[in-house]
Amino acid sequence: MKPGIVVFPGINRERDMAFALEQSFGEKPRMIWHKETDLSGIDLVVIPGGFSFGDYLRCGAMAARSPVMASIHAHAARGGYILGVCNGFQILTEAGLLPGALLKNASLRFLSMDCQLRVERADTVFTRQYREGQTFRAVMAHGDGNYFADDATLDRIEGENLVAFRYADENRNGSARDIAGVFSENRRILGMMPHPEDLVDPLMGCADGKPLFDALAAA
Amino acid sequence: MERDVNQALAREFGLNAEEYQRVLDIMGRTPSFTELGVFSVMWSEHCSYKSSRVWLKQLPTKAPWVIHGPGENAGVVAIGDGLAAIFKMESHNHPSFIEPYQGAATGVGGILRDVFTMGARPVANLNALRFGSPDNPRTKRVVDGVVRGIGGYGNCVGVPTVGGEIDFHPAYNGNPLVNAMTVGIAAMDKIFLSAAAGLGNPVIYVGSKTGRDGIHGATMASAEFDANSEEKRPTVQVGDPFTEKLLIEACLELMATDAIVAIQDMGAAGLTSSAVEMAGKGGVGIELNLDNVPARETGMTAYEFMLSESQERMLMVLRPDRQDMARAIFEKWDLDFSVIGQITDTGRIVVKYQGETKADIPLAPLNDQAPLYTRPTVETPKQEQLNAARIEDRLGLTAALRKLIACPDLASRAWVWDQYDSTVGGQTVKRPGAADAAVVKLEGLKRGLALTTDCTPRYCLADPEEGGKQAVAEAWRNLTAVGARPLAITDNMNFGNPEKPEIMGQFAAAIRGMAAACEALDFPVVSGNVSLYNETEGKGILPTPVIGGLGVLDDAAQAVGIGLAPWLDVVLVGQTKGWLGQSLWLREVNGREDGAPPPVDLAVERANGDFVRARILSGEIRACHDVSDGGILVAIAEMAMATGVGARLSAHPRDILGHAFWFGEDQSRYLVAVPDSASFIRAADAAGVPAMRLGTSGGGDLTLPDGGTISVESLRTENAAFFPAWMDTNRS
Repeated sequence: MKPGIVVFPGINRERDMAFALEQSFGEKPRMIWHKETDLSGIDLVVIPGGFSFGDYLRCGAMAARSPVMASIHAHAARGGYILGVCNGFQILTEAGLLPGALLKNASLRFLSMDCQLRVERADTVFTRQYREGQTFRAVMAHGDGNYFADDATLDRIEGENLVAFRYADENRNGSARDIAGVFSENRRILGMMPHPEDLVDPLMGCADGKPLFDALAAA
Repeated sequence: MERDVNQALAREFGLNAEEYQRVLDIMGRTPSFTELGVFSVMWSEHCSYKSSRVWLKQLPTKAPWVIHGPGENAGVVAIGDGLAAIFKMESHNHPSFIEPYQGAATGVGGILRDVFTMGARPVANLNALRFGSPDNPRTKRVVDGVVRGIGGYGNCVGVPTVGGEIDFHPAYNGNPLVNAMTVGIAAMDKIFLSAAAGLGNPVIYVGSKTGRDGIHGATMASAEFDANSEEKRPTVQVGDPFTEKLLIEACLELMATDAIVAIQDMGAAGLTSSAVEMAGKGGVGIELNLDNVPARETGMTAYEFMLSESQERMLMVLRPDRQDMARAIFEKWDLDFSVIGQITDTGRIVVKYQGETKADIPLAPLNDQAPLYTRPTVETPKQEQLNAARIEDRLGLTAALRKLIACPDLASRAWVWDQYDSTVGGQTVKRPGAADAAVVKLEGLKRGLALTTDCTPRYCLADPEEGGKQAVAEAWRNLTAVGARPLAITDNMNFGNPEKPEIMGQFAAAIRGMAAACEALDFPVVSGNVSLYNETEGKGILPTPVIGGLGVLDDAAQAVGIGLAPWLDVVLVGQTKGWLGQSLWLREVNGREDGAPPPVDLAVERANGDFVRARILSGEIRACHDVSDGGILVAIAEMAMATGVGARLSAHPRDILGHAFWFGEDQSRYLVAVPDSASFIRAADAAGVPAMRLGTSGGGDLTLPDGGTISVESLRTENAAFFPAWMDTNRS
């Protein structure tokens, strides 16, 4: 699997993500500027965190309309893999590639701390190096991570088993049903708020995020 | 809009009669309105350091590892692996009181630009904050705005905020301090300076457009506040961290080429100071055509263009043959790129606008004849050394400890840190609160930087010289406590009105103390900032010379934190006499803020620190925490709370009173956790360093020598209560 990182102006965790991907994939990922449209040769599109276009409009709303997004939609339609983390998750919901929306944290404050995520299903290309029901540590760093969808949508994604991760320790941002990450219907697109890419080296606290990237590299 | 230039207007612009006369002498005529604006901001306290320069010269600034000391946009030190650390701290005190969110946010933005303008990628932010009493009705609003502003800017630009400090004192009620520090990394052979060169080379403006915000901000920062300070809100700038992020990436992309001759950010006094400083340092002339300056508003005058402090703007001198390539980079990042002038050989700054020459000033006298004052000083009277035997131990150990760890100055700062992104970049080894200094690893290398900010203002008020010395020593100690080799400091001198001899006396004494410590610890000053006139309605702040310290670890994995692990011996390094003067215990338990502050013996400081550092790097020390505010008992409680591991403490030595031993703030001390105290103490003895076993770690309780027992969990709860209870409720 060949990964590429999409860089919108204002994205700021692309270096963290490139480092994590390189650790697992053994080579540096291609960096894709948001005005590029050629994704040929890329199997895994990664949209990292940050503040695309400053997030001065709704988070991710501007990026979801960038030139590269048409190619990302086509990539999704072909059954390609996409990982969106934090602002990346917000962009994927704004683009309609994942259900729901991310609202301001219930506290109305930015939240930066570790959290525990519970793995809801371990039979996807993203999660198969975790065990179902296990918890792992990830870094939260967001102002708008409060997952929201109407009840019918929430019932549907739970019914179809599309919840990827739930907050296992404390639901600090107010997310509906403790949801921290969701899959697309074909389970080839994953969006999640916390950052697995910042915990791939024990020196930074632990390497709990590494199995996610290892699993992708092995696919 | 343009007004008649005369002495009255000059006074309004902050120039006194003598200074205005000097302007007339230099110009040989009455200056134009724009020219008067240029002189007034360049000669403001904020830009000219006219009251502080004579004293700052006393600070040691050299060491074999110092590449650039004070005088550049930021200080530069060699850290190995062909890399340099570039860092500086700067105040944004006045704007942060008037408009806390934007004041703090643009403080962060400004210091970031000082660092990346030299070619460094910013890797860490810290901030030293001083607020008024929590009981003061304004304080809550200022804290909320400042914390949101720091987070709002730092989180968005994607530079981790990894450390800093917060104190409360009524002396800051009308004048909070916001001191922001940025640290960046550059290749040693890719450091960019601001001296312009090359006759005919283009002068390029990049970044945000210019508006009317922040006009005369530098002048505002050079005067006291009065009851009408709210009227000064328009002088506060508005930050745009998104544009700053683009500017960082675009500048670093351009810096990877050979296009740049000189570069400088537009900070205080905007286009005026950047153009004057670049041309002045290069010994050349500069001609600007303001018609080409990207403007956010219509109808702006030359005066407004020259004095605007709009944020996120840079001025560059480029090689002419690289201009198109440079333009393409900035266009890629959707940033303005405009040729607004050229380098000349006239030695003058000439400003043209709409076909007219609006200013034509010789640069040499503008820079060299800036006012320089040796203001009168009065020494702070020495305070009496307190006798612990005459100070009542009103609460006993357990109750005093609980009171201390819950007080605003020692309460957990997690509520604040949790709003700052401390992990972006993926290199943060020690996050806020985990260690005495933050530790950030360098990408792809083993090497790490240790970073801290320190000052104990109540010591500085009681004895500015000892306080200045202590601030430098504590920064050195905090870097040492993680295992780092301290390299250099940046200083942020926050004082009151320098025209008052007692304030200038504080300043001069603090510098003396700092200089002695820098000298003794091989810890030079490489950059800094002076903020004077921190007074509101005649009331000055505590003298606050904040020290930002930088150290290096050859292997970031060797850094230790403060958190106890179970079944280790807890050993105290350094001598304890039981110094209670100016201690937090004295203030919080007895309601007294008196006595001489604890003195620092610099030779002892060095010996104790060098010993501890060596034992950290050998792997013997598993946890380390310096003993500072609150003394030994607070330090051990903090070590316990960090990991939830308790300790059982032994009795204190018989020749000292219990409250003096456990809460005294004698300097140059560390608590360390080691597997075998006997061998550790033998080694300390051999090195001539005092060390004594205090107890053993383990369990979930802190057991005090008087038999009192507190669960670490309840300590944590009490320690965590202050900020959320104060800030997250609607009562003020």
